[in-house]
Amino acid sequence: MTIENFIFLLYILVLASYVGFELISKVPPTLHTPLMSASNAISGITIVGAILCVREGEASKYLGMIALVLATINVVGGYAVTDRMLQMFKKKKA
Amino acid sequence: MNILIQLTYLASAILFIVGIKKLNRTQEARQGNTFSAVAMLLAVLATLVQVQLLTLPEILICVVLGGAIGIYWSRKVEMTQMPEMVAIFNGFGGAASLFVALSDYWTRAVEQPEQTTEIVTIVSILLSVLIGGVTFTGSLTAYGKLSGKVSGQAIVFKGQHLFNLILLLAIIACGAVVVLETGSVTAMLVLAAIALVLGILVVIPIGGADMPVVISLLNSYSGMAACTTGFVLNNSVLIVTGALVGASGIILTQIMCKAMNRSLVSVLLGGFGATSGGGPAGPAGSEMVIKEVGVEEAAMIFDSASSVIVVPGYGMAVAQAQHVVREMMDILEKKGVNVRFAIHPVAGRMPGHMNVLLAESNVPYDKLIEMELINDDFANTDVVLVVGANDVVNPAARTNPASPIYGMPILNADKARTVIVSKRSMAAGYAGIENELFGYENCLMLFGDAKSTLTKMVSELKEM
Repeated sequence: MTIENFIFLLYILVLASYVGFELISKVPPTLHTPLMSASNAISGITIVGAILCVREGEASKYLGMIALVLATINVVGGYAVTDRMLQMFKKKKA
Repeated sequence: MNILIQLTYLASAILFIVGIKKLNRTQEARQGNTFSAVAMLLAVLATLVQVQLLTLPEILICVVLGGAIGIYWSRKVEMTQMPEMVAIFNGFGGAASLFVALSDYWTRAVEQPEQTTEIVTIVSILLSVLIGGVTFTGSLTAYGKLSGKVSGQAIVFKGQHLFNLILLLAIIACGAVVVLETGSVTAMLVLAAIALVLGILVVIPIGGADMPVVISLLNSYSGMAACTTGFVLNNSVLIVTGALVGASGIILTQIMCKAMNRSLVSVLLGGFGATSGGGPAGPAGSEMVIKEVGVEEAAMIFDSASSVIVVPGYGMAVAQAQHVVREMMDILEKKGVNVRFAIHPVAGRMPGHMNVLLAESNVPYDKLIEMELINDDFANTDVVLVVGANDVVNPAARTNPASPIYGMPILNADKARTVIVSKRSMAAGYAGIENELFGYENCLMLFGDAKSTLTKMVSELKEM
């Protein structure tokens, strides 16, 4: 990774953090648990890194596979449980 | 092809942002979650087309295995166990970042040492290992505390902070060795091991009711870990999404700290509740005179009320009383009583914990009112029912500067005409502080398990 490339990624980091702060400070307290569980699932984006790590190799491949299983649990479980929670939030009884 | 992959990553990043934006509105939140899941799927697909065909079967096996475990856990978890669930998933996210970084490092250091590795990459790997490792064991410790497998009390020992500091210095030393000599596998493994130990040590001194802060913070860490992994792999979608999660965790952490009137530093240093002991009790002291009330009498009070506010706390979750609370609400509403719920930001063990439990038992979410919006209404309310909450209604936070919770924003339950407190015993709240409210003129104690006393109350109310 060149230094220019690094600076470019740093730009992305700063801007994305700013967007994150703006978006999330508006989430109402009622939704804080689903928010947390959703963002938890989102942090499973490491799954992308894990997939890239499962390639030809010895130890590196097995480490990648462990990462992949863990990240998938995080992603799939996180989204599923968030959905389960959010479907319970209803306004008025029918 | 490469352009297509990059554009898919871009689309994925946009969908993540739109998905989170939709979480701002209760009606759209579920759709937002779906958006974000689709975004994840796009990112995964764009990545899958880059892998060698040879390893595809292994990848699929891992995904199916992880997916099955994830689905199974998410189906079987009880809503009261949500904090534990989030903690453990969070830990897996951290562990994944740790292993990705280690795997990448292994390729660079052992399997293809002839490749040159830039210093920014090495530093990113080190940070991924550190943050990922701390997130992993820290979250598992939080899981242990929340599920009662580890003592929920703050665990402190002498020289704890000094020891943590030494570990941190050791991490920096190992990091320096790895930076100077890329092939130094031992230093990397030592660093990973220390990070894992550190994760445990930073969470054990934190008491049960400070958990909302810790979970929020660990959530933020897992985002940061994903971010640093993005720097390792030179992948911008990891950085964008990691930053979103990092920001979300930090905001929630701030909200939780503010709601407890504590600084993040004081929460992290821990020991609250373990060391403060009883603390200087209020003027009422141990001579506090309390008034007990029976179920029948309490039911009569509710029956003649025209407005009721329920203050739920962690105790309601423990007693699994949320369903019977809703039944009670239904009956009272049929009798024309206005019933609302006052939610303190740190009620429960994670942000928004009470809202989820009450939503599960079909309480409409517009009945759940935030502290700032309902606090002025207590004075015009006939009856307040406190279920399993304690410190968040302790007037000492307003009146007694000597109290450890002085200055914490509380629900003004004491201002209501009558306060009925459903509580198992006179035991103090997590902060170990006596609650002055219980000795007040207008306060009645309804002793017993919340679920069974309220069930009796519901049947009494039905007969009236």
